[in-house]
Amino acid sequence: MTSMNMVQSLNSALDVMLERDPKVLIFGEDVGYFGGVFRVTDKLQQKHGLKRCFDAPISESGIIATAIGMGAYGLRPVPEIQFADYILPAFDQLVSEAARLRYRSGGEFWAPITVRSPYGGGIFGGQTHSQSPEAIFAHITGLKTVIPSNPYDAKGLLIASIECDDPVIFLEPKRLYNGPFDGRHEQQVKSWAGHPDADVPDGYYTVPLGKAAVVREGEAVTMLAYGTMVHVALAGIQDSGVDAELIDLRSIVPLDIDTIIESVKKTGRCVILHEASRYGGFGGELSALVQERCFHWLEAPVERVAGWDTPYPHAFEWDYFPGPKRVATALKKAMQD
Amino acid sequence: MSNRAKLSFYVPEPRVRPGHQPSFEHFEIPPAGAVRRPEVGSSEHEIRDLPYTLIRVLDEEGRAVGAWDPKLPHETMIAGLRAMMLTRAFDDRLFRAHRQGKTSFYMKSTGEEAIGAAQSMVLEAEDMCFPTYRVLSWLMARGYPLSDLVNQIFSNARDPLQGRQLPILYSARDYGFYSLSGNVGSRFGHAVGWAMASAYSEDDKIALAYIGEGTTAEGDFHEALTFASVYHAPVILCVTNNQWAISSFAGIAGADETTFAAKAIAYGIPGLRVDGNDFLAVWAATEWAAERARTNRGATLIELFTYRSEGHSTSDDPTKYRPADEPAIWPLGDPVERLKQHLIAIGAWDEDRHAALAAELDKTVRGAVKEAEAIGTLGKSKPPVEQMFEGVFKEPDWRLIEQRGELEASS
Repeated sequence: MTSMNMVQSLNSALDVMLERDPKVLIFGEDVGYFGGVFRVTDKLQQKHGLKRCFDAPISESGIIATAIGMGAYGLRPVPEIQFADYILPAFDQLVSEAARLRYRSGGEFWAPITVRSPYGGGIFGGQTHSQSPEAIFAHITGLKTVIPSNPYDAKGLLIASIECDDPVIFLEPKRLYNGPFDGRHEQQVKSWAGHPDADVPDGYYTVPLGKAAVVREGEAVTMLAYGTMVHVALAGIQDSGVDAELIDLRSIVPLDIDTIIESVKKTGRCVILHEASRYGGFGGELSALVQERCFHWLEAPVERVAGWDTPYPHAFEWDYFPGPKRVATALKKAMQD
Repeated sequence: MSNRAKLSFYVPEPRVRPGHQPSFEHFEIPPAGAVRRPEVGSSEHEIRDLPYTLIRVLDEEGRAVGAWDPKLPHETMIAGLRAMMLTRAFDDRLFRAHRQGKTSFYMKSTGEEAIGAAQSMVLEAEDMCFPTYRVLSWLMARGYPLSDLVNQIFSNARDPLQGRQLPILYSARDYGFYSLSGNVGSRFGHAVGWAMASAYSEDDKIALAYIGEGTTAEGDFHEALTFASVYHAPVILCVTNNQWAISSFAGIAGADETTFAAKAIAYGIPGLRVDGNDFLAVWAATEWAAERARTNRGATLIELFTYRSEGHSTSDDPTKYRPADEPAIWPLGDPVERLKQHLIAIGAWDEDRHAALAAELDKTVRGAVKEAEAIGTLGKSKPPVEQMFEGVFKEPDWRLIEQRGELEASS
């Protein structure tokens, strides 16, 4: 066990997999000698050699296309897209190719690729370094979408993603790289040091895809969150005084529907939190599932707390970011109905 | 496997890394004045030598030599020098403002100031530039108000972009400067479309676009060239080759295999390769391409060969991936120093005037920063929060109206 922040635990996952499996290789913009703009691939080229971890041209479509080709050959590429905001030039490759290759070829070809990409706000990154695009991937049949919320899960989920034979979009909450962030932006920045989820085994382990974590048990209301918002949810629960059960989904495809249903049947109420804008966001799908499967147990309408339906605005970072205050308001509202 | 030889996987690497002696001796740099200047009406297939050489006007002694000398009046060159020096003074001051916590982000264009300054002056007020984030000198040459730049950088109540955009991603329509975005390359095709629209409308405006050498890898670059070629669009497409894309050397964009100017050949449009630190060479090449565009001869691709002297942005430390002393040995010098040297050589300038101008510009920049600080730095002042919901659509829909109300109720 070593105390690691999320950058270090992700780096450790990649290090372990490069060591274990010669078919694993990493490429992307600035990931080679430099080690990535967020340092996640730091020293991997120096340790494992140039051809295992190398720089790619600035072409997200090219990066994903070549990763698919390598995957089809039999390798397990782990391409990085520097910011999730930059993934869109590769969208056709992900949607029309990676997601469908197995299906359309009758199982002759498939793309076991893991696309790592930092996402989310809270860093004053403006419109093009802050977005949360998970819903658009969740909508695509054939792609898995994984979002860790702490260093331990990040490593185990990344290893499980790399070993998965389906294409995985692995979204890293960049605001959590160096410490847990609960949305209380006026407070001093925290590090992961001393956090129980920062104790990370040095070697190989996995956290299975499609298995949610009950972060806090409660009786009054079920709160669904993932990524950065798990920590914001905890703060909001604390502020509200509501005895909420908090579920960290960890992956939205595959989705741990059983854990969600079991909890909502127990509490009879549900609040969903995500940072991405609300309309057409993944909260809509969660809300529909809860309503379809728990209708007779529900005592109040499902609440959603999300980013506003605007681009991510630089000056209004904390007006946009759905912080603990909005979470607490939604929890109280869910309890009133 | 058969008994054929094994394949090997190739990944390019720069010649040196930190801790080693930097060198640019592998670059073939022809002497100033050596490259021919073809007639503007030349056909592309007659000028396929130009993408493989380097158009230079200013020699080592600061003389303007050869057929590409644009023979500019002294006051024009002094105006260009002023725009470049203003850019540098502004960059230095605002980079420091970031270090002092007054904003979230900044990017300098140090070493590349000749490009925006010269091209801004060659093009007409009604033409449109589709910039990258490193052509501040375009705006400086056109007298964009400095305090508005700083207000944008501070995202304060007077920010002309209403607090919506990351610092330095300006938009300045009245100055022929199209809206910037943080994603790279995606406006290259807009320039071609704008130029096609001008031709379609039988107008007389042309467009100019920039893209970094690293971003030539994006599909946007190749798509734009295809459309520019097919429709003979009146556009000047510029690749600013500053050798570094954050930590990736230009070889990761294919520079070890050919030149960026030579990409033009496959699309059948002229490609010029120009010393980007030579104000006069940039001017002359741009003038040549502009004349082609204005006379229905279509697009030109210009590679502006330069060097990013500083980090990519305030988030970058270039000493982690390139030798710290590499900027000092860039063989094509500093654009400000070279134009200054030329002006002194021809008797149009002197050290005293230069020092006086530098002091004046520094004072001007400090004044603009003070003015913006009085309104507020990042987080200390911002536009009214309802601005966040404006401009998503021409008119906000019910969602935005409801959400604005929800935010107001909660604050």
